[in-house]
Amino acid sequence: MLLALGCAPQDSSATATDTSSQPTGQTAADCASGKTLKPDVLTIGTDSPAYDPWFAHNDPSNGKGYESAVAYAVAKQLGFQNSAVTWTKVPFNSSYAPGPKHFDFDINQISITSARAKVVDFSDGYYSAAQAIIAVKGSPAAQATSLADLKPFKIGAQTGTTSLTAIRDQIQPNSDAVVFKNTNDAKTALANGQVDAIVADLPTAFYLVAVEIDHGTIVGQFPSTGEPEQFGMLFAKGNPLVGCVNQALATIKENGTLAAIEKKWLSDTVNVPVLK
Amino acid sequence: MSTPVDDWVPSAREVERRGLRRERSRRDLAVATVAAVVVIGGLVVGLVLSPGWPTVRASFLSWPDAKASFHAVITGFLKYNVTGFLIAEPFILAIGVLVAVTRGTVSAAMFPLRVLAIVYTDVFRGLPTYLVIILFGFALPGLQLQGVPKNTFWLGLVALVLCYGAYVAEVFRAGIESIHPSQIASADTLGLTRGQAMRHVVLPQATRRVMPPLLNDFISLQKDTALLGTIFIFDGLFAAQDYAAYAFNYTPITMVGAMFLCLTVPLTRFTDWVGRRAMRRQFAGSR
Amino acid sequence: MSDALLEVTGLRKSYGDKVVLSGIDLTVAPHDVICLIGASGSGKSTLLRCLNLLEDIDDGVIEFEGSEISDPRVDRRAVRSRMGMVFQAYNLFPHRTVLDNCTLAPRRVHGVPKAEAEARARDLLGQFGLADQADKHPDRMSGGQQQRAALVRALCTRPTLLLLDEITAALDPELVGEVLTIVRELAEQGTTMILATHEMSFARDIATSVCFLDQGRILEQGRPAEIFSNPREERTRQFLARVLG
Repeated sequence: MLLALGCAPQDSSATATDTSSQPTGQTAADCASGKTLKPDVLTIGTDSPAYDPWFAHNDPSNGKGYESAVAYAVAKQLGFQNSAVTWTKVPFNSSYAPGPKHFDFDINQISITSARAKVVDFSDGYYSAAQAIIAVKGSPAAQATSLADLKPFKIGAQTGTTSLTAIRDQIQPNSDAVVFKNTNDAKTALANGQVDAIVADLPTAFYLVAVEIDHGTIVGQFPSTGEPEQFGMLFAKGNPLVGCVNQALATIKENGTLAAIEKKWLSDTVNVPVLK
Repeated sequence: MSTPVDDWVPSAREVERRGLRRERSRRDLAVATVAAVVVIGGLVVGLVLSPGWPTVRASFLSWPDAKASFHAVITGFLKYNVTGFLIAEPFILAIGVLVAVTRGTVSAAMFPLRVLAIVYTDVFRGLPTYLVIILFGFALPGLQLQGVPKNTFWLGLVALVLCYGAYVAEVFRAGIESIHPSQIASADTLGLTRGQAMRHVVLPQATRRVMPPLLNDFISLQKDTALLGTIFIFDGLFAAQDYAAYAFNYTPITMVGAMFLCLTVPLTRFTDWVGRRAMRRQFAGSR
Repeated sequence: MSDALLEVTGLRKSYGDKVVLSGIDLTVAPHDVICLIGASGSGKSTLLRCLNLLEDIDDGVIEFEGSEISDPRVDRRAVRSRMGMVFQAYNLFPHRTVLDNCTLAPRRVHGVPKAEAEARARDLLGQFGLADQADKHPDRMSGGQQQRAALVRALCTRPTLLLLDEITAALDPELVGEVLTIVRELAEQGTTMILATHEMSFARDIATSVCFLDQGRILEQGRPAEIFSNPREERTRQFLARVLG
C-alpha cells in the first residue's frame, strides 16, 4: 500500500495550479476524474471464465495474468489504486449491446476492427496478436509446414474471433471451419479427434499446449493479413474516458511497464515457426 | 325434414330488430378498428419515439448486416436446423409410440422392458436437453469407443431424439389412457388381440386426440435444434451469433428469429385446424 | 343339460370386499331370449361382463357350447369371437366408417377376405335400415343409428350368443324404439340373447325368460307372464311397482 502511494502520480501540486484544460500538461488521472460510472471507483468488465494467460485462476482481481496486470497498470495511471478497482462479469455477447454499459471499460482479448468501432469505442491497442495453430503431436496436421498444407484438415476456432476469420480467409480449408462457443470446447474437440487442428491467438495457444491439451503442439504461427491485429479495451460509444486511458497506455508503453508485463506473462515467441 | 315454403314476410317489428342489429354490428366493427389502431399504433409510436430507438434499430435491424450475414445464416438454418428436425421427428414419434405401448402392457414377459421404459422416460424427461446434448457430443466421443461417429451432428440428433422421445412417450400414454374403456371392451368382445386392438382401435384414436400436444412438441423440437450449436454444429443461430460477435451487430439474430417464425407459425395454424377436426369426430360416442 | 348353449353354476364375483354377484345359476338354451332386470347396482352388467370373460370370476363354473370357459387355460379371444356384446355407449370406433367397423373383426380375427366381409356387412346393414350409413363416420349419425350399427357389427362375426348391456339406456326416448325393433327382429329370427334392460314392456314381449336380480342374486326367474303379472317375491313386486308405475 505504501509502495503504491509512493508510486502514485506525483502531481497534486501540478493539478492545483493547472486549472486550464491543456491536455499536454494534464495527467491521465486528472483526465479521468469524474468520468467513471461511480465516483472514485473504476469498474472494469471481462468475461467469465477468465482464461489464462490473460488472467489467472479465473479471478481478474488478483492482478495476475497479462490483461489483469495491464488493467491495474492503466488504473493506477488513471489515479485508481488497486482497492478502487472493481471487476464485473460481462459475457462477450452483451459487451456490444446498445444502451448504457455497466462498466467503464471491458478488457477481454477483443480485437479492434473498423466494423466494430462503429458500434463501440476502442482504446489504442495494448497487444498485437499473431495466430497460432495447435494440433496433436504426431498427427498429420502437426506435420504441416505451410498454410496450404493445412487445407485437407478439419480446423476450428472460437466464434466471433479473428482466428476464425483467419481460417476462412487465409487457410481456406477444403471443409468448412468448425466453430466453438469457447476455448474449452475447442480443447475437447481436439482431444476427441473431432477436429484436426485449432487456431487461437499465440499466447492462448501456448497456454493450452502447456497446461490443457495432452500431447498438443504448436505447429506454427502466422500473422493476420494487412494491418497487424490489436487487442483494445472496449468502451461505450462516446465515452470521454477513452482519451484518458489512451494517455495512460501511452505512458506505460513509454516507461517500459507494458513490455515488462508482456515479458512476465506471455512467453517468448521466438522459436515458433512462421507458416506462410 | 325440410321446412315448407310459404309466403311469410317479416313483420315490421322484425324489420326494426334487424335494423338495430345491423347498427350494432357496424358500431362494434368501428370500435374494434379504432382499438386496434390505437393499441398497435401506440406500440409502434412508443417504440419509434423512444430515445434509444435509432441505436437499437441500427443494432438489430440493420439492412447491410442482414445482407452480409444472410448466406451463412440461411445455409446453417437449412442444413442443420431444418434437416435436423425433419430427420429427428419420425424417430421421436416411433420411440414415443413404442415406449408408451410398452408401458401399457401387462404380460409378465414384458416386465423388464416395462421397467426400462419407465426408467427411460424418467431420466430423459428429468435431464435438461442441453445437458444430454453435451454428454453425447463431448463425453461420448471422449470414451473413444469403436463405432461412435465423430460427426457431432448425428450425436446431437441422437440426444434430441432421446430427450423428445421421452416427452412424446408420455403424451402418447396420456392419449392411450384417455380412450374410453368401452372402446377397448368392444375390441375385446369382437375377439381382437391386445396387439390388434392397440393397432386398429386405440392408437389411431389416441394419436388424433393428442395431435395438439404432439405438434407442440414438434415446434419445440424445431427451436431446440439450435442447441446443437453447443457441440460445434454451425446451425442458423450459431452462424448468426458468430456474425454478431464478429461485427458487433445483432441483426442476424433478428433474422434467424424471423426464419424460425416462418417455420413455426404455419405449423401452429395447422395444429389448431387438425385439433378442431379431430375433436369433432371424437365426441361422436357421447350421443 | 348338455344341449344348453350356456350353463352357469354358482357364479360369484366381488370387487375387494364388496360382493357383487353371488350364487348365480343360469341356463341358456339355443334361441332363448333372457332378460335381466333389476335396480342399478344389482349386478346385471357385471354378470354379462363375466360371461364374456371380460372379468375373472371368484367362484363357480361357466360352460359354453359344452366346455368350461372359466378355466384359466382357455383362450379368451377364441371364446369371445363366438359371442357378441354391445354396450350402452362408445361402441363404435369413431375413426373408422361404419363399414370398416363391421369388417374389422371378420377380417382380422376370422380371416374373412375383404370383399366377402364387406358384402355381408352391407347386407346386414341393409336389413336393419342402415344401408346409406355404411360409408359414414359415427359422428354423423344419431345415437339410435349408432347403437343399431353396433348391433350389426356384433352380428357380422356370426356369434352364437349375443349379450346386450342396456343398449337403449343412453338414448333419447324417441330413438329407443328403432333399436328395440332390431332386437325384436333378431329374437324372431331365433338369435340367442341375454339382455340387461330397463324397458319392461319390451322385455315382457320378447323374453323367453326373465331374471330379476337383486343385490347380486337372482331373486326370481321365470316366464315373463309370471314375473310381470304375478311375482312371488315382495322385492320383485316393489321393483316392478316402482318401474312400471
